[in-house]
Amino acid sequence: MTQGGFAFDLCGRNTYLERRGITPPRFTKTGTTIAGLIFKDGVVLGADTRSTSDTTVADKNCEKIHYIAPNIYCCGAGTAADTENVTGMISSTLELHRYATGRGSRVITALTLLKTHLFKYQGHVSAALVLGGVDFNGPHLFTVYPHGSTDSLPYCTMGSGSLNAMAVFEDGYKEDLTKEEGMDLVTRAIRSGIFNDLGSGSNVDLCIITKDGVEYLRNHQRLQDKTYERKFPVKYTPGTAPVVREKVFKLGVDVAVIEGEPEEAMDTT
Amino acid sequence: MSIFEYNGAAIVAMAGKECVAIGSDLRFGVQFQTLATDYKKVYKIHDKLFIGLAGLGTDAQTMYQKLKFRHNLYKLREERNIKPSTFGELVSSMLYEKRFGPYFVSPVIAGLEDKTHTPYLCGMDTIGAIETAHDFMVAGTAPDSLYGMCESMYRPDMEPEELFETVTQCLMSGADRDALSGWGAIVYVITKDSVVARTLKGRMD
Repeated sequence: MTQGGFAFDLCGRNTYLERRGITPPRFTKTGTTIAGLIFKDGVVLGADTRSTSDTTVADKNCEKIHYIAPNIYCCGAGTAADTENVTGMISSTLELHRYATGRGSRVITALTLLKTHLFKYQGHVSAALVLGGVDFNGPHLFTVYPHGSTDSLPYCTMGSGSLNAMAVFEDGYKEDLTKEEGMDLVTRAIRSGIFNDLGSGSNVDLCIITKDGVEYLRNHQRLQDKTYERKFPVKYTPGTAPVVREKVFKLGVDVAVIEGEPEEAMDTT
Repeated sequence: MSIFEYNGAAIVAMAGKECVAIGSDLRFGVQFQTLATDYKKVYKIHDKLFIGLAGLGTDAQTMYQKLKFRHNLYKLREERNIKPSTFGELVSSMLYEKRFGPYFVSPVIAGLEDKTHTPYLCGMDTIGAIETAHDFMVAGTAPDSLYGMCESMYRPDMEPEELFETVTQCLMSGADRDALSGWGAIVYVITKDSVVARTLKGRMD
């Protein structure tokens, strides 16, 4: 049915419509503050949980720390669909690679796969990533830009709140942090994005990767629970809605076997 | 003008206790000219899985045909209905394939998972970025007013009857502030042993 890869068959029509003055719809962006650092024996990754479409909050609690391999995770910023799919593609490539070689994945392999894909699309696949993991060679942390360039750093940030987070890192980072110190610093970095950058919001997700395993702390800090609740919630009594027509479709009931004697013998005369 | 404003739509889906509801308005128009008032934007995939397609009407119909076709093939191969979460991934990957020349539709998927009867709810943008929700999901030409209604009316664990009334209020009141949608609505309430479709009377302007 399909061969994989992108399909461009609607591009002609869509550019025609654009020429006629019709604006294409906006995509969901992550907005985002994402950050990561290397501590004494591993990597800490952090992310906020807001996704936006224009200025509307599309999702108040989305997941931005994506699984790549059992020992590698990746934070994504940019167009939501791109970060989701690019990490998913690399994750499945690595899984097949592990089956073929029988060895654990290396962070550098994930990095190379990501940057070749992004470079091939010349920045049109708009994913800005923070890639972290621990492998045979120890802990690694990389940033990947949408055009395919990469950095290898001890601490890094990405997304619209990257400046806020980097300010916290520049202030507080030192070498050989303990796990608790690292978690606290990343949490503070993400929190400064959440409160000071409007593209970022809601909660803090953390992911701690060491050679002994992964701790994925979903909603490590819940910052934006509803502060109010209706005292007298509006309850519409059945019959409020102006129903014109009602159609009920009964669905097939599963067959049940009832133990015991039949209630009444069948008349067979 | 945004391409979404060509035909107009309002779609709301909401989760209850072992039930889920999805509804759409009934207007079909070309910009400010109303052409039909019986145009449903919610499509049935199987008994416990519905998809609402807001956006450009021609793309919505094409998407529905493609999805129905894919589900038919899935049923022949697997001899069972597709799980709502699997279906969500299918829609997402079909949309992302057209990343650089998308279908102008934003889908809302509502269904009940088999056995557990837990509601599944998700929405997407036009290139398939899935957004799973545990409470409600909206799409259409006035998502902001629909969001506003849902945000204040939703309560967790509603029973089917109450869920229906709530979705109706959210959909109809939300659409009243949108010139491009309205003219009544249809709401489907899906429970473990029935689907109830109710057509509703709304403002006719």
